[in-house]
Amino acid sequence: MNKNKEQLLNKRYKAEQRFRLYGLSAIFMALLFLTIFIFKIFSTGYSAFQKTWLIVPVTFDAELMMLDQNPSKEDLQDADYYDIALKSMADLDPNANEDQENELKRMVSYFFEKEIKNELLNDPNLIGKTKEVYLTASDDLDQVFKGNYPRDLTEDQRRVSDYQLKIFDQLVANGKVESKFNISFFTNADSREAELAGIASSFMGSIFSILVCLMIAFPVAVLAAIYLEEFAPKNRFTDFIEVNINNLAAVPSIVFGLLGLGVLLAIFQLPRSTPLVGGITLSLMTLPTIIIAARASLKAVPPSIREAALAMGASRMQTTMHHTVPLSMPGTLSGTIIGLAQALGETAPLILIGMVAFVNTIPGSPMDPAASLPVQIYIWAESAERGFVEKVSACIMVLLGFLIIMNLFAQIIRHKFEKKWS
Amino acid sequence: MNLILFTFIVLLGFTSYYFGRKKAYTIQSTKKRLTALPQFYGYYLAIWCAIPAFIIFSLWAIFEPTIVKLLILSDYSNQGYLDDELNLLYEKSKALSRGQFTGEITPFIEASAEKYLSLRSIAQSSKVVIVLSAIIASVAYAYKRISSNSRTREPVEKFLNAVLFTASLAAILTTVGIVFSLIFQTIDFFKVIPLFDFVFGTHWYPAKAFVRDSSEALDPTMYSDTFGAVPIFAGTFFIAFIAMCVAIPIGLMSGIYLAEYASTKVRQYAKPLIEILAGIPTVVYGFFAALTVGPFLKELGTSMGLEVSAESALAAGGVMGIMIIPFISSLSDDVITSVPQSLRDGSYAMGATKSETIKRVIFPAALPGIVGSILLGVSRAIGETMIVVMASGLAANLTLNPLESTSTITAQIVVILIGDQAFGDPKTQAAFALGMSLFLVTLCLNIVALRVVKKYREKYE
Repeated sequence: MNKNKEQLLNKRYKAEQRFRLYGLSAIFMALLFLTIFIFKIFSTGYSAFQKTWLIVPVTFDAELMMLDQNPSKEDLQDADYYDIALKSMADLDPNANEDQENELKRMVSYFFEKEIKNELLNDPNLIGKTKEVYLTASDDLDQVFKGNYPRDLTEDQRRVSDYQLKIFDQLVANGKVESKFNISFFTNADSREAELAGIASSFMGSIFSILVCLMIAFPVAVLAAIYLEEFAPKNRFTDFIEVNINNLAAVPSIVFGLLGLGVLLAIFQLPRSTPLVGGITLSLMTLPTIIIAARASLKAVPPSIREAALAMGASRMQTTMHHTVPLSMPGTLSGTIIGLAQALGETAPLILIGMVAFVNTIPGSPMDPAASLPVQIYIWAESAERGFVEKVSACIMVLLGFLIIMNLFAQIIRHKFEKKWS
Repeated sequence: MNLILFTFIVLLGFTSYYFGRKKAYTIQSTKKRLTALPQFYGYYLAIWCAIPAFIIFSLWAIFEPTIVKLLILSDYSNQGYLDDELNLLYEKSKALSRGQFTGEITPFIEASAEKYLSLRSIAQSSKVVIVLSAIIASVAYAYKRISSNSRTREPVEKFLNAVLFTASLAAILTTVGIVFSLIFQTIDFFKVIPLFDFVFGTHWYPAKAFVRDSSEALDPTMYSDTFGAVPIFAGTFFIAFIAMCVAIPIGLMSGIYLAEYASTKVRQYAKPLIEILAGIPTVVYGFFAALTVGPFLKELGTSMGLEVSAESALAAGGVMGIMIIPFISSLSDDVITSVPQSLRDGSYAMGATKSETIKRVIFPAALPGIVGSILLGVSRAIGETMIVVMASGLAANLTLNPLESTSTITAQIVVILIGDQAFGDPKTQAAFALGMSLFLVTLCLNIVALRVVKKYREKYE
């Protein structure tokens, strides 16, 4: 009898331990996903911050450039650089036939002519001399150099030919290939060529959208929250508003995209693909988030503050504007930043209002067509070229970096400035 | 132009504030008692400056384009043009006046473009004159009127109250805007495609409905068997189901562990770490699913002799489940923590172990809240877009095999609407009809979930 009881008790204790283990492993699983995730992004993305350059001797032959004696600045601007650019690439292998010369040309980006031109514009004395110039390697060679390209495939399965690899290996052996920090990733706009593509245009697009979103959503949301929390009578209508807000917070984001398309673009005829429309759409989406945060922080201000102000003869509006609202600001601001961080990561509504257009200029105002960082991730992720994979990961790293900074900022505001009422 | 005018009006507002306050100080210096603080006199004047400006600006924005259009088209009124042609003519001359016109320039259009420009400049300058004179008149009137015993605080506060109230209508306006933008296109869609075919049809090939010219669009037979949404609805719920199969066990168990077992220290670190998963943008999950999970599953399947699509429902659903874990874990954590301690104490006093207490006492007590949190998770899974667009197929297969590819409502909306859209084309309208069904489904889920959670909260508060 006693033994039976002990067995039962043991069984129950075992069950207890098992249950505990389930919980622990659930948490472990969730954290494992997070780790794999971050590891994967970083391991594929970090190499995008390096760029491979080929160091190629270029002879600035005045004749080939169609330059006269003592050329002026304008002459240098208009000179023909294509021939010397081509020649310097072809000179890498003196025995190359015509096809091979073409392949040699494709070892660098199509930007190489401009890079040589810039070199000469910086130092006009180079005419007639030979100088080693840094040329951006093509994205495939870039990947080869970083070790991301499987070299053991047969030749017809890869975009780099055996001949190009041979020349490239010679260059590597001679120390004529160098890897440097990839500044152009941050300063270039999008490009069809992976080696030239950068995030500047989408970054500016994101900034403009977020600013528009902030300028619309923050004032409206704070005013609405003040009304609902401090002034609204408790009746059916205000209940209806409240239900509306809570619902909007859970409406799928793509529906807001349809709203932007159907109302902002089709009816108000606002310009397509612009951060202005994107920002307005995002502001409608963040509105409920900010209202809810602002109401919560208004609610957290103890009634004694209001009573004290009222007792000193302040009107209700004065009480609210001079005392309650300033005290609630830290909470409201951190809620706003979190809402903006959500908006910054949003993709689907922006795709619907046309912010997926290929934009190769950096937008200067919210009225210029632009992409945004998450949309850029989507565009690149859909590209077939291998060189874009690391760009996507790098772009994700930049985006995540911003989200982390924004969230930290929200935390700091909350902890530093929020008054604790006890 | 508008910007300069706007800045000028703002400056005028500040000046009137300053004058109002100054007048109040002058009155005060004559030893008369004021009925409100001096700054209210300033606000009062500033409001008198803002209201006429706002009214005239909005009137102009509403009526100027229509009036200009009427004036321009009156030139052509008795030449027997159709309405559509007139509209086209107007748009052409507008484009030409902005220098964006690329077509053939006829003398007619050129004349209208010039007229358009001159009318616009007349309209702009008259707007400036009217706005400024209206502001000056109203501020001067108000300035004369304020005296020591005029009430300024009450009107100012009433005005502010009205502003606050208007702001709170934004949420309703957004909802109205959503319904408004969806409903017309949806109705137009169902005029061409019978509702029955949409809800019960099993073939979805919107690409087939590519309209080459408008005469084809009028022929409804060409749309038969193209817009049957069953495969899409099935795919949506199927992927959501897979996601919940991942999210519910992991999310619920971590919620329980965090609420009942974890020490404060573990809780302090584990909870925000898990919540990071909710803060990662969905496009990042989509990339992860498409680039890592999909190929991994395919390889795994091939090594086991299974045929797995690289864009399987499993990959999309699984990654979506990871995304939803924190929603369920945080909400159920909150719900479980708010179960009163007395219930736990009662159970412990009867000799129950911790897990028995959780399973038999706390879980039943917290069930409504947990169900609410799961419903919110489902609503999120159904509305999730980017993961599905990037990681799941775009062809709508009717299948229950998680290893094949399926498509969802959100993915189809994106597929149809990416790039240029032609309004009035059934394909575009189909996207809005899908959006409408998505909105309705998630609306129902949200309302039920929010109500359940609210009821539950009230029970223990």
